[in-house]
Amino acid sequence: MPILKLTDICKDYQQGREPVRVLKNVNLTVERGDYLAIMGPSGSGKTTLMNIIGCLDVPTSGSYELDGRDLKNLSDDALAEIRNKHIGFVFQSFHLMPKLDARDNVALPLLYADVPLKERRVRAEEALKAVGLEERMDFFPNQLSGGQCQRIAIARAMVGKPDLLLADEPTGALDTKSGNQIMEIFRRLSEEGMTIIMITHEPSIAACADKTYHILDGELRTETEEPKEAGHED
Amino acid sequence: MVENIRLAFQGIWGHKLRSVLTMLGIIIGIAAIITIVSTIKGTNEQIKENLIGAGNNVVTVQLNQGGYSYDMSWNDIPQGVRRITEETRQELEAIDGVEKVSLYHSRNYAEGIFYLNTQFNGEIYGIDRYYLNVYGLQVKYGRGFTASDYTDFRKVALVDENTVTTLFGGESPVGQPIELQGDVFTVVGVVALSEEFAPTIQSINDYWLYADRSSGRIYLPDAVWPTAYRFDEPQNVAIKVENTDVMASAGQAAADLLTEKQIVDTNGDFDYRSQDMLEQAQQLQSMSESTNAQLIWIAGISLLVGGIGVMNIMLVSVTERTGEIGLKKAIGAKKKRILLQFLTEAAVLTSLGGIIGVISGIGLAQLISAMMQIPVAIDVTAIAISVVFSTLIGVVFGLLPATQAANLNPIDALRRD
Ligand SMILES: Nc1ncnc2c1ncn2[C@@H]1O[C@H](COP(=O)(O)OP(=O)(O)OP(=O)(O)O)[C@@H](O)[C@H]1O
Ligand SMILES: [Mg+2]
Repeated sequence: MPILKLTDICKDYQQGREPVRVLKNVNLTVERGDYLAIMGPSGSGKTTLMNIIGCLDVPTSGSYELDGRDLKNLSDDALAEIRNKHIGFVFQSFHLMPKLDARDNVALPLLYADVPLKERRVRAEEALKAVGLEERMDFFPNQLSGGQCQRIAIARAMVGKPDLLLADEPTGALDTKSGNQIMEIFRRLSEEGMTIIMITHEPSIAACADKTYHILDGELRTETEEPKEAGHED
Repeated sequence: MVENIRLAFQGIWGHKLRSVLTMLGIIIGIAAIITIVSTIKGTNEQIKENLIGAGNNVVTVQLNQGGYSYDMSWNDIPQGVRRITEETRQELEAIDGVEKVSLYHSRNYAEGIFYLNTQFNGEIYGIDRYYLNVYGLQVKYGRGFTASDYTDFRKVALVDENTVTTLFGGESPVGQPIELQGDVFTVVGVVALSEEFAPTIQSINDYWLYADRSSGRIYLPDAVWPTAYRFDEPQNVAIKVENTDVMASAGQAAADLLTEKQIVDTNGDFDYRSQDMLEQAQQLQSMSESTNAQLIWIAGISLLVGGIGVMNIMLVSVTERTGEIGLKKAIGAKKKRILLQFLTEAAVLTSLGGIIGVISGIGLAQLISAMMQIPVAIDVTAIAISVVFSTLIGVVFGLLPATQAANLNPIDALRRD
C-alpha cells in the first residue's frame, strides 16, 4: 500500500472575484521509503501542494489518502493530530522557538502528543544526537548557525517518528556546505527507510533525491515526462 | 498546565516593562480595594473593641423604665418586677449562641465604703458564681468566692487591681477589712482580666466613665448584697456569647424573654433592654462602610480598565506571535492547547498583578494607619477574593485574544514571517 496517494487534487484560491486554480488535477503516489524532490519555478504551486500533503490545508477537490486513510472532512483538531503523529516538517526559515533551547525546541511535538517530560527530554536528546548536535543541546537558536538551526528543525521533525518527512526548500537559506550537510542527513534517513518529499529550486539539491517531479503552473510531471505546454507561462 | 504556567512566566519575564504597565490597572484596582477593606475592617474592629470589649463577648441586659436604664442608686425597688430565678437564668443560657449567663447587682457610684480612712469611689458589684467566668476575670492572688461564702452569707469581698492601687496604696489587700455601709467585709482575693485589653469596657457606663473613673471595682457575693443594700433588687444580666456576631441577636432574645417573664405589672412602663452599644457600633460601622462602598466602585472601574488593557496587550501579543502559533499548530498543537496557553498567560499576568496589588494594598494600609492613626486589619477573605477575582479578569479578558490565536490558520501564520 502506498504511503500517500493524491488523486485529481485541485486547489483554488479566491483572488479578487474569480477563483484562481493553483493546483490542477495533481496525481501522485508515493511508496514507503521513497525519497523524491519537487522542483518548479516560483509561484508554480509547490508550497500549496506541500501544505495539502502535510494536512495544513485541504484541497478544493480530489482525494487524498494517507497510509490508506481517506482524509476527507476531518476537523482541524483531527488534522492536527495527523500532523503530530505522521508528518515531520522542515521549513526554509527553520521556524524555531527563539526562547526555547535546542532540546526544548526538539521536544515540542512530543508535548502535543502528551509524552511525559522525562521521556520528551530523552527522545529530544536522541534526535539531536542523530543530527550531530549533542554538543549544542542547551543552546538557543540565536546562538547557532543557520545550518545548525536547520539540523535542530530536522531533529524536531523526526522526534515523533513520523511516516513522512516534508521539507520546503530546506537548503534555501543555507550556504552550500551547510546545505550538503543537510542532504547527507536526508540521505541517511532515506537509507533508514524514511519517506521524504523535498521541495527545491536547485537541481544539485534535487539530484540528491531518488526521483524528481516538476511542477509547472499547477501541473505535476515526473522528470521523464516532457512538459507538454512548455513556455505557455505568462 | 504546569508547562503553560512556566511559559507564561517566561513570556511575562521576557517583556518586563510591558507586563508591568499592563498589570498596572489591576495592581491599582486591587491595591485600592485591599486598602479600603483593611481600613473598614480595622475601624470596625476598633469600634467593636471600644464599645464591647474585645475578647469578652459579653452583652448585658438591664431593666429599663420608659427607655432609660433603671438605676438602683437613685430609685426604689420597682413594683411589678420579679427577681430573676435560677430557672430563668438557665433558660437564658439555652438561647442560641449563649455560653454563660450571670446575674449581678451593681452600683456605679459606690458610697460609704472605706479602708481605714480612705474612701472608695469606684463601682461595687454583687455577683453570682458565674460572674468571674463570664467576664474572663481570674483570681490573681488570695482566693475567689467559695460555695460556702454564698451559703453561709460570709462578708467577704474581691477587689480588682485598680482598687489595690487607689484604696490599699499598692499593698496586698488580702485579709484586710473594709467598711461597707457600716458593715465590715474581709478582702479575700484580687481579680484581674485573664487577657490584657485596654481599655476593656464592660458596660455602657464604663464607656463613658472609663477615662475618669478608673478607681476600681469591689465584688461581693450576691448573697450578702442585701446586708449592704436592699432586699429584692432586680438583677442585671451579663451574657457571654460565642462570638460578637450573635451578640445583638442573643441580647435581644434575652431581653425579650426577661420582659415577657419578669414584668408582672405592665403599668410601670418597665422592660428589659440589651446594651445598645452594639447597635451604635453597627451604625458607626455601616456609615464607614457606605462611604467606602463608593470607593470600592471606583476601584472596580480601575479593574475593568485594567482588564481591557490586558485584552489589548494580549491581542498585540497574538499578532506578534502568529509565527509561533502557526508552527505550534503545524507540529500538532490542537486548538484547545493554544487557547489554554493564551488564557493561562492572561490569567497569570492578572493574578500576578493581583498579588502585587494585594502586597501594595497591605503596605499602603499600614502606611495610612501609621500616618493617620486609623487602625488597619488585614482581611484574609478580601485577599483571597482579590486574587481569585484578578485571575478571573485574566480569563475573561483573555478569552477574545486566546480564541483569535486558537483559530489562526497555520498556513497564513507560517507564511507571515
Ligand atoms: N492564500 C492564498 N491566497 C491567494 N493566493 C495564494 C494563496 N497562497 C498561494 N497563493 C497563490 O498560489 C500560487 C502558488 O503559490 P505557492 O506558494 O504554492 O508557490 P511556490 O511554488 O511555493 O513558490 P515559491 O517557490 O516562491 O515558494 C501563487 O501564485 C500564489 O500567489
Ligand atoms: Mg514556496
